[in-house]
Amino acid sequence: MIHPIPSGTRDVLPDEMRELRSILAAAHGIFERAGYGEVATPALEYEDTLAIGGVGGALPAYRLFDEAGHVLTLRSDMTVPIARLVATRFATAELPLRLCYFAHAYRGVKPQRGQSREFLQAGIELIGAPAPAGSAEALTLLCDTLDAIGLREYKIGLGDVGLYQTLLDSHGIDGDARARILHELVSRDFVGLGREIDQLLLPDPEAVEQLKRIPQLRGGPELLDQLDGVAQDAAEGLRLIHDRLEPRVAERIIFDLGLVRDLDYYTGAIFEVYDPKLGNPLGGGGRYDDLLGRFGRSLPAVGWALTIDRVHVALAGERSE
Amino acid sequence: MSALHERLVIAVPRGALMKESLDLLDGLGIDTSEVRANDRKLLFEDVGIVTMRPSDVPTYVEAGAADIGITGKDVLMEQPEREVYELLDLGFGRCTMVLASVAGDDAGARALRRLGVMRVATKYRKIALQHFARTGRQAEIVEVKGSVELAPLTGMVDAIVDLTATGTTLRENGLVVREEIATTTARLIANPVAHKLKAGAIDAIVERLRAA
Repeated sequence: MIHPIPSGTRDVLPDEMRELRSILAAAHGIFERAGYGEVATPALEYEDTLAIGGVGGALPAYRLFDEAGHVLTLRSDMTVPIARLVATRFATAELPLRLCYFAHAYRGVKPQRGQSREFLQAGIELIGAPAPAGSAEALTLLCDTLDAIGLREYKIGLGDVGLYQTLLDSHGIDGDARARILHELVSRDFVGLGREIDQLLLPDPEAVEQLKRIPQLRGGPELLDQLDGVAQDAAEGLRLIHDRLEPRVAERIIFDLGLVRDLDYYTGAIFEVYDPKLGNPLGGGGRYDDLLGRFGRSLPAVGWALTIDRVHVALAGERSE
Repeated sequence: MSALHERLVIAVPRGALMKESLDLLDGLGIDTSEVRANDRKLLFEDVGIVTMRPSDVPTYVEAGAADIGITGKDVLMEQPEREVYELLDLGFGRCTMVLASVAGDDAGARALRRLGVMRVATKYRKIALQHFARTGRQAEIVEVKGSVELAPLTGMVDAIVDLTATGTTLRENGLVVREEIATTTARLIANPVAHKLKAGAIDAIVERLRAA
């Protein structure tokens, strides 16, 4: 008999599970050694509670009602539930808090290679550690984890959600025009970005050139030295992180001044993990200095998550060479 | 051919955009003669070219099966969920997305007035829906795969949303343009991971195309 399962979900059989377990064990070993305590939270949360966090592009896809008529949602990531947990259960704990998790999250994506509606994440949250030191610790732990898993060719894209906003501020671009420009940036449409900037009719041709060019810059630390004026100040946060990275971590970093993430709680540095064996990122994260405050305990924080299925595909790809 | 290009796999659209796409690649020093000479072959590993219908280009590029690709803006507008970078307007393949109906009294406007809803045939379901939503009108979208022009002639629908380059096909079928929805041209797109890991090679191509 064949019995169907929902689109975007799947069963895991022993051969695959053995390989997933070894990835999880490697990550767990690193988290443990670095002093990150493992937590678990319910897969179901009240919709109103998760909504406090704001989820942007990662809208919860599955909702149900409990016997009292409350709307429950399957979590779409672990960061918002952990922010809730920290505000509730660690209200007076000593800082910084180092937490890690291995958990499934659920999103309404279109299933394709390496993308599922139910996916297993391994991640960390470092709470109460401000930039740049906290960000550098998170990035170092990310490299330690990927190294321990056995990936050799990965790179980490590092950007800053505030960078382009600062540029727009400096040219006094606000209101609808600003929203349209940011929409094109988030949609990864540089043709549309150029069109919207042209429509501003800015008097300064250098400003126009800067607004179009900067979000397209990717490269090594030398990239940050090429910036001038406002852009140089806006990239100061990235420079401070870079100064704190060990060479083995720094050499994995690709600075990406146009990097965007589809979660809207990020406030500063953001990052994504790439492997040449996979067409989409293996995971990512960033700073979310406002999120804890929304739950009632204002603390700077940074975290990241790896999507284990994708890590597995990339690892298999690297090993098949 | 320079070493820079060797590392990129390029998705080239078959059909109306193919010749100019290949001309463009020639200009970058990529040898496209084998592609031009071979109508059935799809994968040209030596030069890093894969050929496919334009609407498949975002699929291959998003999955990373191709690093960069060329396709029409109409295709990208119809597949907004694709996570690809749109790097450059290549300028060629200029077409207009239009709302058209049978010449004479506009059946679409009449339907809206008397029935409150316009029946529209199209291959571009999302573009059509968005256009009607944006202009505050109700439309019932009928998706067809073949010649859209047939649909209003048989009375199945009141109007069509379709892409037109010269308007000849519309005219020959007695249809007139009622509204212009968007102008579309060929675009250069890139996979989000290749855009970071192969930044040098991709930027080199973008710079040369921009200067051309």
